[in-house]
Amino acid sequence: MSEAPKDLKYTKSHEWVRQEADGSVTIGITDHAQELLGDLVFVEAPEAGASVEAGSACATVESVKAASDVYAPLSGEVTEANEELADSPEKVNESPFDEGWLFKMKPSDASQLDALMDADAYAAHVEAES
Amino acid sequence: MSTMENHLIFERSRAGRSAVAQAPRAHAATAIPANLRRKSAPGLPAASELDVVRHYTRLSQKNFSIDTEFYPLGSCTMKYNPRACNSLAMLPGFLNRHPHAPASHSQGFLHTMFELQEMLKDVTGMKAVSLAPMAGAQGEFTGVAMIRAYHDARGDSERREIIVPDAAHGTNPATAIMCGYEVREIPTDESGDVNLEALKEAVGPQTAGIMLTNPSTVGVFERRISEIAKIVHDAGGLLYYDGANLNAILGKVRPGDMGFDVIHMNLHKTFSTPHGGGGPGSGAVGVGERLLPYMPVPHVIENGEGGYRFATETDYPETIGRLSAFAGNAGVLLRAYVYMRMLGREGMQRVSEFATLNANYLARELESAGFDLAYPERRATHEFIVTLKKQAKELGLTAGDVAKRLLDHGYHAPTTYFPLLVPECLLVEPTETESKETLDGFVEAMAAILEEAGRDIDTIKASPHNLPNRRFNEVAAAKALDVVYQEPRDDEGEPAPRTGTSG
Repeated sequence: MSEAPKDLKYTKSHEWVRQEADGSVTIGITDHAQELLGDLVFVEAPEAGASVEAGSACATVESVKAASDVYAPLSGEVTEANEELADSPEKVNESPFDEGWLFKMKPSDASQLDALMDADAYAAHVEAES
Repeated sequence: MSTMENHLIFERSRAGRSAVAQAPRAHAATAIPANLRRKSAPGLPAASELDVVRHYTRLSQKNFSIDTEFYPLGSCTMKYNPRACNSLAMLPGFLNRHPHAPASHSQGFLHTMFELQEMLKDVTGMKAVSLAPMAGAQGEFTGVAMIRAYHDARGDSERREIIVPDAAHGTNPATAIMCGYEVREIPTDESGDVNLEALKEAVGPQTAGIMLTNPSTVGVFERRISEIAKIVHDAGGLLYYDGANLNAILGKVRPGDMGFDVIHMNLHKTFSTPHGGGGPGSGAVGVGERLLPYMPVPHVIENGEGGYRFATETDYPETIGRLSAFAGNAGVLLRAYVYMRMLGREGMQRVSEFATLNANYLARELESAGFDLAYPERRATHEFIVTLKKQAKELGLTAGDVAKRLLDHGYHAPTTYFPLLVPECLLVEPTETESKETLDGFVEAMAAILEEAGRDIDTIKASPHNLPNRRFNEVAAAKALDVVYQEPRDDEGEPAPRTGTSG
């Protein structure tokens, strides 16, 4: 069974969101998502300064099986991309919630966070999908 | 087994060795001035004729091909190519014709190409066909470029979107983007059809067209195609038919009659021409009335004197232009022509009948053997999808594992992990040329793998066991692929052919 830390928020499309103390958020894909994708060989994260819209494709993860879009959980401006992933995309497989984060952003409307799922709701969503 | 088994021909090279060891060496006088001659020898292998023959024969024996084993990738990769197509396309009159030869010297070739266009028109229900595109992807590009030309000519340039169902081939959205459009994806419903509600919501004054494969990539026939055509046409958009799965409906239903405005046909799929290794292919396009003026040139037309000539920009001033220096891959087109002439109208219907019969038989047999079909309630077209979602969860047996273990049983794997919307899937396409015995053998191998997974998953996980190469590290193959031979160099940096005895 895949993990889903309690302190994160989740989307139906298997992204996670962590609220940081400075008001920014960190975004990645869930353990369940990396399991489905298999070993990643390439990650394309949005560049710092890019503005993204909630629900739109903003990053790409490519595994030995398939290339998939990552959807922005919130609208706002990207402040930093995880540059480690360019050389080590496997970090997403090894540590999806920690070292394998994809990008950080400043949300334009923090209330969008309320629409995301908590860990229990996400676990139920994964269960219903499988 | 020789220790040279896996060596490159360069590694078999020995200084001074030549094709025929015992024959006297020829030392040709050269008229090239000394200052223009190269200083060092070219980095080519020096090997005897016999070594070269053995090397390449061994390599060819490693081919896992339709000529040696059952290959359930089907027309997606390559159907069986009847040998007659090959021999007839190699007739000297065709083979030696120069592409710049004048029409008066090329009437035989032009006549066959005209007939090929006519047969393709007939089997697809389109108004005209151009054979110019050199591959399926170029055919797609041609088709969408014509859609764009049509809207532009009407001053209708606000149409920015091409609708693509999520079950589409990856080339469809790529083509739309290449032609300057934005892609709007719509979902597939649970039975594998396009979600009509989503389509109705998606169409509007921004819609340039929709790209559809029918039967779709999930292996079922889109039942409400007439309704889809009406919705898109009413919104002012055009319908693009991706001909990847034409094999299933050949001689039965015609894209033109379904309401499509443009279609590309992979002649190398449906019409049985060679297409391994990325080409050469042929992505012939057919058009309906609306797109006639924009057809690519050249294509073959009647010259009004009982003969044929190539149509040019003068005949088609609104053409989208030329796609290559000449008029398509002549050798491929000739093979398709011979194939179609051999089959005739009746034979072409039998192609789709046997392709779908074989697929449905295989689907039901695999279901009886314990596999789950992705769309069990639907009749399969020429292909169907098995999902190993349950087996992956319960036994740890993934689609990738089945693919590798099948190789040990002497079968090539079906398409794996496509389409993306079905988890742990195998897309199986037997094609019309396989016998019942071959299909039964495949089912037995699949059943044996399923049985083995319950008691010894480790053996499967480490497969293949019986092939010259074992399971690859797929991550390394994708990330750190290195296929460039590093030639040994001496201290001065000059090529240093190996010395010593051959292994």
